[in-house]
Amino acid sequence: MSVRQRVMGLNGDEAVAWAVKQCDVDFVSAYPITPQTIIVEKFSEFVANGEVETEFVPVESEHSALSACIGAAALGARAFTATAANGLALMWEIVYIASSLRLPIVMAVVNRALSGPINIHCDHSDSMGCRDASWIQIYTENAQEAYDTVIQAFRIGEHPDVQLPVMVTLDGFLISHTLQNVKILPDEVVKDFVGVRKPVEVEIPGRGRIPLILDPENPLTFGPLDLYDYYFEHKVQQHEAIEKARPVIKQINEEYYKISGRKYGDGFVETYGLEDAETAIIVLGSTAGTVRYVAKELRRKGYKVGMLRLRTFRPFPYRELVEALRHVKAVGVMDRSGAYGAYGGPVYIETKAAFYDEDEKPKILNYIYGLGGRDTPPTMIRKVYEELLEVSRTGKIEKKMKFLGVR
Amino acid sequence: MSELKGWREIPIAGVTWKSSMETKTGDWKTFKPVIDQNKCIKCLICWISCPDMAIQWNGEKVVENYDYCKGCGICANVCPVKAIKMVKEE
Ligand code: SF4
Ligand code: SF4
Repeated sequence: MSVRQRVMGLNGDEAVAWAVKQCDVDFVSAYPITPQTIIVEKFSEFVANGEVETEFVPVESEHSALSACIGAAALGARAFTATAANGLALMWEIVYIASSLRLPIVMAVVNRALSGPINIHCDHSDSMGCRDASWIQIYTENAQEAYDTVIQAFRIGEHPDVQLPVMVTLDGFLISHTLQNVKILPDEVVKDFVGVRKPVEVEIPGRGRIPLILDPENPLTFGPLDLYDYYFEHKVQQHEAIEKARPVIKQINEEYYKISGRKYGDGFVETYGLEDAETAIIVLGSTAGTVRYVAKELRRKGYKVGMLRLRTFRPFPYRELVEALRHVKAVGVMDRSGAYGAYGGPVYIETKAAFYDEDEKPKILNYIYGLGGRDTPPTMIRKVYEELLEVSRTGKIEKKMKFLGVR
Repeated sequence: MSELKGWREIPIAGVTWKSSMETKTGDWKTFKPVIDQNKCIKCLICWISCPDMAIQWNGEKVVENYDYCKGCGICANVCPVKAIKMVKEE
């Protein structure tokens, strides 16, 4: 089944760089920003050593990094970039342009709190901010998954039904700078798995089907003015594309399992202990490890707790979520980003909305945690489970949204 | 509205499916360049400077293409012998 793999001691950023190295990427452009820097630093080493044939373009800002990727991807190249927090914020304009031009760029976002106040540590405020940018968003739990997911991301984004950029996130420092044993597939196996990017064709009246790339033989204009007569139609196409990514994400997760022996739930959610659980926590990113640890411990003591790790946030797996959790009595949703003036954090709002039409549904509470890298130890998660068990007994919610670990 | 296409009928990515030969874009200028062929020394500076390729070389002389000219006046400005005058559109 799966092939022999090399175990390397890598941090999350290096694991991402290794994945990019093996994916036969034509073009990388990036600007260094903590905690993402190691990715491009490591990758530029591969370039300097002649280990890859990638065109590496160092630029003066993230705005240019993603713009350069757009140019390359529009030419048909497989393109990659990486950023974090304020770098992503500076890219903002181009983030939406990349998806509207339907370019399957892969971008690693190393989650870091957005300034201000200035902070370099992990929270999800950066990538959550662009959750509606029509990018696929996959949140990884550790360095191994970051490596695996970058490889999958090229396949997902480049799928003919999808043609959208993919954001793969890893928690700043907690994953990016933490050394882990990472299983690395042989180069040829990854190369075969990702293949060569094949541009899709579009039907142009009077010209037939032509490749959707910048090609002097078959000229096309990318990014012209698109007003009230067609902008809306193009946006509906983006809706359609991200919906079509659902079966693709599942399929690639399975295919990847065949070559590596690793898969992440159904590609969307990964669960533990939910079969008979009375309470559950929904969490994304590295904190899932802590939650699983505490859930295991509590189950050993006889408490019926479970957890669900949300891996893919866009497209949002509302059906999978409802199926996995409808029998649970109380669910705590962990959000690692603020929700100023909102009903709750982004994961909470989506979860509640997913359950609105259901007859059978749990009580759902929101826990905002870990902002600016605030530590989230097992003791904190234990308290959440205790509170959820109390809610599941009484059916009463004292406060819907709570801040964990704030003095 | 009826001749507009639905979202399934148009190419993705917002690429154009009509040639710019069909869509004349020069209808919003206020001033148009008029070349005085007697003054023109055929240096082609206007030709290379026009951002819209609206000055064309026909093998013998430079000619204005008002279908695409935006009236920016760059051609008149760069002409070394002041052979181009910007004239108010009617
Ligand atoms: S006015 Fe501007 S657009 Fe028109 S021909 Fe001159 S340079 Fe070109
Ligand atoms: S710049 Fe002036 S002189 Fe030169 S070709 Fe144009 S009109 Fe003639």
